[in-house]
Amino acid sequence: MPNVMIRKNDAGNLLFYVAKKDMEETIASVELDTAETWGGGVELTDGSRWYIDPISPPPVFPTTLRFKRGDE
Amino acid sequence: MTAMTREETQALIQEVLEAYPDKAKKDRAKHLAVNDQSIEQSKKCITSNRKSLPGVMTVRGCAYAGSKGVVWGPIKDMIHISHGPVGCGQYSRAGRRNYYIGHTGVNTFGTMNFTSDFQEKDIVFGGDKKLAKLIDEIEGLFPLSKGITIQSECPIGLIGDDIEAVSKKKGKELEKPIVPVRCEGFRGVSQSLGHHIANDAIRDWVIGNRDGDESFPTTPYDVAIIGDYNIGGDAWASRILLEEMGLRVVAQWSGDGTLAEMELTPKVKLNLIHCYRSMNYISRHMEEKYGIPWMEYNFFGPTKIAESLRKIAAFFDETIQANAEKVIAKYEAEYQAIVAKYRPRLEGKRVMLYVGGLRPRHVIGAYEDLGMEVVGTGYEFAHNDDYDRTIKDMGNATLLYDDVTGYEFEEFVKKIKPDLIGSGIKEKYIFQKMGVPFRQMHSWDYSGPYHGYDGFAIFARDMDMTINNPCWKSMQAPWLKSAEGGEAEKLAASA
Repeated sequence: MPNVMIRKNDAGNLLFYVAKKDMEETIASVELDTAETWGGGVELTDGSRWYIDPISPPPVFPTTLRFKRGDE
Repeated sequence: MTAMTREETQALIQEVLEAYPDKAKKDRAKHLAVNDQSIEQSKKCITSNRKSLPGVMTVRGCAYAGSKGVVWGPIKDMIHISHGPVGCGQYSRAGRRNYYIGHTGVNTFGTMNFTSDFQEKDIVFGGDKKLAKLIDEIEGLFPLSKGITIQSECPIGLIGDDIEAVSKKKGKELEKPIVPVRCEGFRGVSQSLGHHIANDAIRDWVIGNRDGDESFPTTPYDVAIIGDYNIGGDAWASRILLEEMGLRVVAQWSGDGTLAEMELTPKVKLNLIHCYRSMNYISRHMEEKYGIPWMEYNFFGPTKIAESLRKIAAFFDETIQANAEKVIAKYEAEYQAIVAKYRPRLEGKRVMLYVGGLRPRHVIGAYEDLGMEVVGTGYEFAHNDDYDRTIKDMGNATLLYDDVTGYEFEEFVKKIKPDLIGSGIKEKYIFQKMGVPFRQMHSWDYSGPYHGYDGFAIFARDMDMTINNPCWKSMQAPWLKSAEGGEAEKLAASA
């Protein structure tokens, strides 16, 4: 369950940054991305899947959130 | 020699790896790569930020070097205690040439060495009492210091001293920030973790100090220079360009920087990062906590400077954008003259670089402005994100080497035969004795600044006087010269 910092890059995409793992990936898709909730399954451009319980109202980025590995 | 093809470069890597035992070969193969600009993510071609292989010589530092030497050390009005045995502080004292203004020993302490000088009894009985006494002594001798940091050396972590408790107690007593930094040398694989630990210490002990204090008058044009260590005056050469654009530089991190500047950084509108590797952590934190955007910029060479100035200006209004164009136009005649003077002397020269965490990619533009080509580059302690950024800057089929060993570097140089090598002091004399011109790119070979337009003039002059120095024609004793031709090459091959 790593702490992940989510921020927007210049192009407006969400970046998924894990400081401890030294990993910065672009988020390809988010399961729930509406005006009320954000979260669920998250897929990155490198193919890995992560999960976070949906948050409502959606968080303001950049922010640090706790994710679970999606394949668990 | 013309540029190498992908196959040739790959063959060179294979040839060099042949010398290793199987296990070592497998490990090192992951750290050597041929650059392929079509790759988006560096982790597909190169591994970085891993433990060095035991038994080979690399030039990495330790976490203490990353914290005391790089991030905290240049903060001039704080006293940085090298807490532990005397050597770590003394042998690294004033080595990085972080220039600053002030009266050393009165209100600034940059080039001084403070240490708790651990003895056997401190290891056995613990050094906390000694630390408390030391802080009192510092306060008595240097009352104008604005704060103290405690930079842990290896034994502190090993014996389990509670430097945080001492810091809190003494900080209250003296009413000054006293910052414990857990940067013991054994942590991590290189100085890179030291940067991270130092950034976290700044986050925990400094950044929030003036939250809720609005007494500092701000302007819409406040920026901070992050990750410029003012080596040979670099930060000053950068700062004047930003100020000419109409921006107000509130803080310099950390070259010629002060504690107050760090505390005021959360009030700026934009963080400008030069050294991404060592200070991206604190910039990310400030973005999250205070909503301050950050951007990377590059002030090496006129092409990159113009690019960066425009990119910085794009964050602000039209006056600043117009000013950026004015600044670029103002210096145009100056840098054109430099290029006109040195380019004919340096055109087509080939460079190999091996530096720390930023310059292997940042200086490429400056070399290209002089008509030179970077044919190999590598980092001591970069992470994947650094290589992501490098792949685009480097030419196709050039050589990339991560945490290169002494043996590999020498072999690469023998085969590639560059006209110039840019690396550190530990490599300098080996290559000079091999007859290859060398510039020390950590401390600019006691020259500098190299940032900004002013720095570019010095950069070009230095490269010219190194490469075109007549001494490289005198590598052989005169009485050996008449025997056979082509001996300079022989000498290089046998070295």
